Amino acid sequence: MSTQRIPETDLHAWLDGQLPVEDQAEVAAYLAGHPEEQARLDAYRQHKQQIQTLFDPVIHEPVPEHLRRRPAPDVVAAPVSRDARPRWFLQLAAGLAIAVVSGSLGWFLHGQALTQPALLSDAGDASGFVHQAVLAHAVFTPEVKHPVEVSADQEAQLVKWLSKRIGSPIHAPRLSAHGFDLMGGRLLPGETGPVAQFMYQDSSGQRLTLYVTKGQSANRDTGFRFLKEGKVSVFYWIDGPFGYALSGNLDRADLSRICNTVYEQLSQT
Amino acid sequence: MHDTHERLLACIPRLRRYARALVGRREDADDLVQDTMERAWDRLASWQAGTDMRAWLFGIMHNLHVDRLRRQPPACDALDEDTLMNAAVNNPSAGLEMRDMETALMLLPVDQREVLLLVALENMRYEQVAEALHIPVGTVMSRLSRARARLHALLEGQPGAPALKVVK
Repeated sequence: MSTQRIPETDLHAWLDGQLPVEDQAEVAAYLAGHPEEQARLDAYRQHKQQIQTLFDPVIHEPVPEHLRRRPAPDVVAAPVSRDARPRWFLQLAAGLAIAVVSGSLGWFLHGQALTQPALLSDAGDASGFVHQAVLAHAVFTPEVKHPVEVSADQEAQLVKWLSKRIGSPIHAPRLSAHGFDLMGGRLLPGETGPVAQFMYQDSSGQRLTLYVTKGQSANRDTGFRFLKEGKVSVFYWIDGPFGYALSGNLDRADLSRICNTVYEQLSQT
Repeated sequence: MHDTHERLLACIPRLRRYARALVGRREDADDLVQDTMERAWDRLASWQAGTDMRAWLFGIMHNLHVDRLRRQPPACDALDEDTLMNAAVNNPSAGLEMRDMETALMLLPVDQREVLLLVALENMRYEQVAEALHIPVGTVMSRLSRARARLHALLEGQPGAPALKVVK
């Protein structure tokens, strides 16, 4: 074999049908004069066929439905793994436990942490912040005493403060045309820096949250995407460096109308 | 867009076939396919139409598989050439050669196994294998050559095929 004139590479290419036509005659002539090499390549070919015989039947097996299912954003994915839970949530839960804000909130958070249902599978991509947005919605909208950190009667300060912390001017859209008034907002830690959450409420006590995160530049702009988990509907989108998620216990059509208003107002600034 | 989705779904049977050959157990293989599909859906925007979707997909699967091996120290089954010989002795049936092949494949180092399977099962061109595995074509060729030589030695019971631990 040490006197082999044909490169080993060419023998494999010949076997795999990837040798240029002009080189084929030379290989054939070489093998005709070297029966031991011919035997080796015959064995290789036989192995290749055996591998195909062994595994080709898998191609014809029916594909399990769960493999065909699209995980996000349109369909709820597999349960969120523990390590996918956003860090701020744990920090928040720990902080609140120390602060003993209220017995009911503590209980609520405890329940959330244990039973938080399946939302989106992957943090760290476009849908990652949505997961956090939905959690933040679920955590703060039921809160009676402190749903917001800064209330709407200090809107100017709220917006200035959030803008400063986020590092870009942001403002709270007006949703009174839809019956929702700004309650206020809060700042939350997020994967890509501070995040703003605005909360709105209508006359029936129904609450919406708008989650605004910066640092989405790695992701492409998206159109509106919709996600529903339990009773919470979410529209989310990415616009330049900002990721937005509008969450509410509304049906898709109602939330969609509000979402358009939000988008229009934000794009005017 | 819809077309792209259909193309992606149409690749699942091929992914399953390759995964089965790569990791062995059906459940493990389908887990790998599921993870691959989830990541593929997530990153579908980053796949550029007109490029080879198959190489892109198998590349995702390769990355996930490598990650898994890194995370979980490889399970070292007590599988070596003796296992292969025992399998031959204990199963004098028609499927014997196939059993031996399955065992021998698992005895290959995973980087050699990947290359051999992409060529044998997917009939990929060497350039496509290189793209999927993010390695130069020269490396594809050397791994392919070593994989075949090793497989040959294992199946023919030739000396010079060192005992390997199965890296699953």
